[in-house]
Amino acid sequence: MATPLLSKANFFSGAEDTIKVALIGCGGRGTGAATQALSTKQNVKLVAMADAFRDRIDNSFKDMTGDNNIKSRVDVPEERKYVGFDAYKKAMAHADVVILTTPPGFRPIHFEEAVKQGKQIFMEKPVATDPAGIKRVLDAAEIAKQKKLNVVVGLQRHYQNSYRELYAKKELIGDITSAQAWWNNDGVWVNMRKPEQTEMEYQMRNWYYFVWLCGDHIVEQHIHNMDVINWFKGGHPVKAQGLGGRQVRKGKEYGEIFDHHYVEFQYADGSVLNSQCRHIPGTMSKVDELLIGTKGKIFCGAANIKDHSGKVLFQFDKKGENDPYQTEHDELFAAIAKGEYKFNNTEYGAHSTMTAIMGRMATYSGQMLEWDKLINSGLNMMPKEFAWDAMPPTLPDADGFYPIAVPGKTKYI
Amino acid sequence: MGSSDNEKGRDVDEGPQKVFSISPFWMGIYEVTHDEFDIFFKDANTSQNLGTDAITRPSPQYIDLSWDMGREGGFPVNSMQQRTAVMYCRWLYNKTGVFYRLPTEAEWEYACRAGSSTKYFFGDNESDLEKYAWYGKNSNAAYHKVGQLQPNAFGLYDMLGNVSEWVMDQYDENYFTKMKDVNADPELKPASRHPRLLKGGSYADDATELRCANRTKWLPEWNKRDPQIPKSKWWLTDAPFAGFRLVRPLKQPSADEIEKFFTLYLSN
Repeated sequence: MATPLLSKANFFSGAEDTIKVALIGCGGRGTGAATQALSTKQNVKLVAMADAFRDRIDNSFKDMTGDNNIKSRVDVPEERKYVGFDAYKKAMAHADVVILTTPPGFRPIHFEEAVKQGKQIFMEKPVATDPAGIKRVLDAAEIAKQKKLNVVVGLQRHYQNSYRELYAKKELIGDITSAQAWWNNDGVWVNMRKPEQTEMEYQMRNWYYFVWLCGDHIVEQHIHNMDVINWFKGGHPVKAQGLGGRQVRKGKEYGEIFDHHYVEFQYADGSVLNSQCRHIPGTMSKVDELLIGTKGKIFCGAANIKDHSGKVLFQFDKKGENDPYQTEHDELFAAIAKGEYKFNNTEYGAHSTMTAIMGRMATYSGQMLEWDKLINSGLNMMPKEFAWDAMPPTLPDADGFYPIAVPGKTKYI
Repeated sequence: MGSSDNEKGRDVDEGPQKVFSISPFWMGIYEVTHDEFDIFFKDANTSQNLGTDAITRPSPQYIDLSWDMGREGGFPVNSMQQRTAVMYCRWLYNKTGVFYRLPTEAEWEYACRAGSSTKYFFGDNESDLEKYAWYGKNSNAAYHKVGQLQPNAFGLYDMLGNVSEWVMDQYDENYFTKMKDVNADPELKPASRHPRLLKGGSYADDATELRCANRTKWLPEWNKRDPQIPKSKWWLTDAPFAGFRLVRPLKQPSADEIEKFFTLYLSN
C-alpha cells in the first residue's frame, strides 16, 4: 500500500490534488494540529484517526466536525477510526501526510513507521523520552532524507515571526557567550486513577507524570527554550550538570517526575546555558530566553536586541506577530502541494530533545554528563510490551507511590 | 445609548441611539485587579476540576498572560474569557453571600457616560483623553495601575482605556435596531457562547476605539496561539487587553434567580 502513495505524494496537481491526512494521537494538541492542517489553502482532507483510547477519537472528531471552517474536510468514517497500540500503522496507510501527536514516548516508533511507509510528516516535540529513542529518530531521519520526505517538528518558535527576525539579526550581539532559558509556571493537568484501570491504562491516561511517556516537564515543555538557544548557537551542548527535585509534587497522582530542575549546559566553544524550569503553583511565572553576546543581548520574549549599555538596537514590531502553529502547517502543506522537499527539522528536533534529556539525567543523577556518552548509552525507558495488561517500566508500591530519582544514587545509564 | 449618525469614527452597530431606564446598581470604581482576582485563582479550597463542580477556578496559564505588564500592586487582571469573569462572580457570591456580576452593555454605557451624550464622557475633544484614559498614545503599550488618572462624573476610574471591559450581553450587530424604543434594563441574553463583547477600548487602542458607544466584538483570533483544541475555556492567549469590573444590583435577586443566572452564563 505504501508504494503507490509514496510516488503520488510528490505530485499534487489538477483534479487529483487532494492531500490526505492521518491524525495519530487525538488529544487536545493533536486536534489542534489537525485543525491547522485542515485550515491551510491546499485541498487537505483528514481521512483517518488513531488513538490508544476510543473516547479521545470521539471527542476530537466531535470538535472538528463541530467547527464550520473545517468540517467539510473531515472525512473519517467509522472504519477509518483505529483504536489501540497498533492503530497508528493502519491509519497511516490511508494518508499522504501524518500528524504525530501522541505522548512523546511513542514518537520514535511512530516516526520510524511513517518514514517506512513514505509519508510526509508533522510531528510534535519532544521527539523521544530517552537516548535509545533519539537514536531511532536520527536513524529514521537519514532514510527520510533519502526518500525526500518533508518533516516539520512542532518547535513552533522556528515558525514565529519575532524569533525569525531576531535570528536574522543575531549578528548584532557578536559571539554568543552565554544564555538563560526559563519555563517556570504552575504546572499542568492531572488525571486521577480510576479503579477499573489497569496500571498501563492509568499511566497512559495520566501520562504527564511518567518519564517513559513524557520525559519529565524539562523535556516536555522546557525543550522549547533550550531549543532556541541551540538554534541561535548553531549546535547542541556537550556537557551538563544540575540540580532538581520534588518540593511540592508529593502526591501519588504526580507519578515520578520532578517539579523543578536547574541545569548548567556547556557548548563545545565553552559558552554556557543556564536553564531553569519549575512547576510549582504560586511561584513567579516566566517563559522566556535570553542570549548574551560580546556586543549585546537578545531578549526573545520582549523581541528586542540591546547593546550592553541598554540601547535598543532592534525592536520587533509585535503587530507583525503571526500564529506560528498555523504557519507550520501553511508552509508544510504549500511545499507538499508543489512537490517540494523543503523541511527537515528532525535533526534539530532530536538534538533539542536530547539536550533536555541530558538535563533531566543530570538532575536525576547529580553527575556531570557528557553528550556523546549519554546519547550512545542505549538507555531505554520504554516498556518491553505494549498491551493493557502489560507492565509499564515503573510500578507503584503498595500505597500507590512511585520510585523517585535521588541525586547521588540514581544512575544515568 | 449608542452614537448619533454624525459622530466621527462611529460604527453602524452603535445605532440608532436608544433611551431607556435602568434599575439602580452599584459599580466598582476600579477595574478588578490581579491582586483581587488571585485570591480566587489561588484559592486552594476551590477545585480546578472543570465540568464536575459548580464553582471551579481557572486552569493554570501555560505562559504568564500578563505579558510582563505587572501583576502585583493594583494592575488590572487581564487575558480572560468572559466566563472566567462570571465564575469569579460566582465564587464571590459563594464567599460573601452577595450577588455581583458584570454590567449589562446598557448599564456599562450608562455608567460610563455619567449623564453625557458626547463622544467621550468629558466631551468631544480627543486631546483631553489622556487626562482620563490610558490608550495607544500615552500607555507605552501596557496597562497601568487602576485609578491613576481622573475619574468620570460618577467617580468611576478607567472606564475608557486601560483594559477593555467584558459586559454580560451577547454581541449582535443589530442589537440597537431590534431593541424597543422605551425599554427598562435592556439586555441581550446569550444564545451561544460567542460572540460576547467588551466596552471602553484599551491601552492598545487609538482614540476612536475609546468612544463611549464603541463596541468591541469577541474574535476567534483572541486565542490563536492556544495550540490545543478545544481552546482554553478560561484564558485568551492573544487578548491581553481584556478585563472587567463588577456591578452589584441594588435589589438582590432571589437565590433561585441567582442560580439560574450562573447556569445560563456558565453553561454555554
